Amino acid sequence: MSKIEIRLAGVGGQGLILAGLILAEASAIFDNKFVSQTQSYAPLARGAPSKSELIISDREIDYPEVEKADLFLALSQDAYDKYINDLKENGIVIIDKDLLASKHFSSLIALPLTEIAMKSTGKSFSVSMAALGVIAALGKFSSYESLIKSIKKNAPKGTEELNLKAFEAGFSAFGKH
Amino acid sequence: MSINLTIIEKYLRENKILPTVWCPGCGIGLVLKAVLGAIDELNLNKNDIAMVSGIGCAGRMPVYVDFDTLHTTHGRALSFATGIKLAKPKMNVIVIMGDGDAVAIGGNHFIHTSRRNIELTAIVINNFIYGLTGGQFSPATPLDSLATTSPYGNIDQPFDICRLGEMAGASFVARSTVYHLKELQKFIKLALQKEGFSIVEALSNCHINYGKRNNLSKPIDMFNWFKNNTTLKDEEGKIKRGIFADKNIPGYYKQYQELIKRAKLCQR
Amino acid sequence: MKEEYIFLSGNEACAEAAIKANLGFFAGYPITPSTEIAEILAERLPSQNKIFIQMEDEIASLAAVIGASIGGLKAMTATSGPGFSLMQEHIGFAVMAEISCVIVNVQRLGPSTGQPTSPSQGDVMQARWGTHGDHPIIALSPSSVKEVFDLTIQAFNLSEKYRIPVILLMDEVVAHMREKLKISTHDIRIYERKKVKLTQNEEYYPYKNEVSKVPALALFGEGYRFHITGLIHDQAGFPTLRIDEINDWQDRIFGKIENNLDEIIQYEEEDLEDAETVIISYGISVRSAQAAKNIARENGKKVGLIKLLTIWPFAEELIKKVSKKVKKIIMPELNRGQLVLEVERNACFGGAQVIRINRLDGKLISPKAILDKI
Repeated sequence: MSKIEIRLAGVGGQGLILAGLILAEASAIFDNKFVSQTQSYAPLARGAPSKSELIISDREIDYPEVEKADLFLALSQDAYDKYINDLKENGIVIIDKDLLASKHFSSLIALPLTEIAMKSTGKSFSVSMAALGVIAALGKFSSYESLIKSIKKNAPKGTEELNLKAFEAGFSAFGKH
Repeated sequence: MSINLTIIEKYLRENKILPTVWCPGCGIGLVLKAVLGAIDELNLNKNDIAMVSGIGCAGRMPVYVDFDTLHTTHGRALSFATGIKLAKPKMNVIVIMGDGDAVAIGGNHFIHTSRRNIELTAIVINNFIYGLTGGQFSPATPLDSLATTSPYGNIDQPFDICRLGEMAGASFVARSTVYHLKELQKFIKLALQKEGFSIVEALSNCHINYGKRNNLSKPIDMFNWFKNNTTLKDEEGKIKRGIFADKNIPGYYKQYQELIKRAKLCQR
Repeated sequence: MKEEYIFLSGNEACAEAAIKANLGFFAGYPITPSTEIAEILAERLPSQNKIFIQMEDEIASLAAVIGASIGGLKAMTATSGPGFSLMQEHIGFAVMAEISCVIVNVQRLGPSTGQPTSPSQGDVMQARWGTHGDHPIIALSPSSVKEVFDLTIQAFNLSEKYRIPVILLMDEVVAHMREKLKISTHDIRIYERKKVKLTQNEEYYPYKNEVSKVPALALFGEGYRFHITGLIHDQAGFPTLRIDEINDWQDRIFGKIENNLDEIIQYEEEDLEDAETVIISYGISVRSAQAAKNIARENGKKVGLIKLLTIWPFAEELIKKVSKKVKKIIMPELNRGQLVLEVERNACFGGAQVIRINRLDGKLISPKAILDKI
């Protein structure tokens, strides 16, 4: 693993910024990698485009933004349409199949992420945690254990259990996928 | 006279050559006398006094007094003083401002310093005019007055500076004039003793740049005007002198000490 | 090993570093994208008996900061473009009165409200010349979370040592980017303000006229009973109209910076030995430059990099020297060409060709855009 580029994109209110932070800190602190995490957001908190990007590397990172993603999580049609072509060859794409339409391709993981989140926690904003569960299940980006530690550390006080539930739900949903 | 000499010797800087920059007969010197008189009555230690000012004729006052003195930018003296007070809470911080300084360019700081009720004493020397720049109307200039920028009479409604400070939350607000010098000194003394933000508005004569355009061209004309047009009672058509607010409410620094305790409990 | 590191955003690192530097007073006004600095300090300072105050605007914020510094506290404020514009008069006051303070400006796209959540390097010239009148200034610009931490401490150190406001020019990406940071307290050097020491019967001069030297500033309340003013003043601090005193004053406030450039100007060089092309950059654009240089080197091209950490005063001698060595200088920055003016002005001594790469649509300059010019 020399350099991995990850893009998480959707709209405000889906918990993407927190998910980006959790994945970044899992890699930086618990997996001991170099990580640069950037984000773009609109001044409004809900409904506007939201994006978190991570570079994970064994070496010090120069350019901190994603150019061609190894992993792309899309939680809105706009985000999907905007970035679907900025992928590395065989780059993995995770989508919420109820939120957006995609043509089929081999590295596409289409799951009803919001539904999984709602079933496990009753909160739609935990959709990004369910997506992190899927990312953990993929194995190659950050480990299950590191992500659990990072959720416990970074989830707002009182929401740790809720976020872990959605994460576990996503993790096991991928197994059934 | 002997008491005045004492005050001069005690509180004015030796190395500052008198006379002051102010025009002969200017009321600002009288306000200075009242301020020093109040300090003397309270027997405050000179090392514990900071005098802060903005820009304008009034802003030149600190240079003469033997305290720690800070001459800042136009309108912002209260904000500088806020920093000094929080860093040196034991100091008596006295802020000298003119009317334009305090409630035009500094109006925002004036109301917010009042709201915060921080432990400062503001002396607003209101001479109804921008004197140093040569006689332009200010937010305290009475309606219909002539000024270089209101050659056809002033149509801007003036502020009532005391009411402004009172409504914004200052714990002590009072007004007097340079004609009523003992009363003015009494109010300043009360202000210096009051916890929280205290404001004393001192109506003062600028016979040069206000008076000469408004039929009050000698100091005595303006003193008579203060005598005849101000009142301690409620009289229609006259400017009220006296104490507008005298509230026992905690000052900002005191509140901040409580906040520190709360923060320490939370972080434990 | 793992636990020694913390994972922080630039704004968080700035607040952490300020606390490490013994920040005693913060005053500010909320503004994107700098607000987290205020939020963190609002939470952290009170329990350490230090002051956080939210003022009514940025003008009042910097005024309160200067007041607190006069009272002896290390003081800072943090803002972004519109607030930085409002602070300009008081930056000038702090230069004139020689009051230590740190001003953090997290740059966003401007002018006016611009784009509050997008990065820019558009305030480089405003940091230098934003306040009226000729004056010296120090401005530092970090390109990573680690540099935010280091340069925040350096900003306090330089400000306290030279009695001058120091501007930390960050940008939205550096401020919100999160990276790993190792804080090892033993190698952090904190400069504490010089105390006034007088021999018997010696008079105190807060602005003592000794070129290249920085007189110690007494604190209010210590019994010196001195005067501070924004007017041009004599050694004692009182306003003066005397030509000789005005010249002495001017020589000293410029001299204290100009005669100490070696200590003030910080930069880093990478792969410069055999370089034919050098990319010169600062702030977030350094990251684009580093990526481009690394790719170029992998492809056997002789490319070097100069990272400017201090942007004001400008590293004139360095650029003069480098421009004699290399053929080409490439300067990427997120504006229409600001610091490049200084590079061009100095590169003409050596004759290197200077190529500008500029962008100001809220996106970073891609490494490819630089590679295309190599």
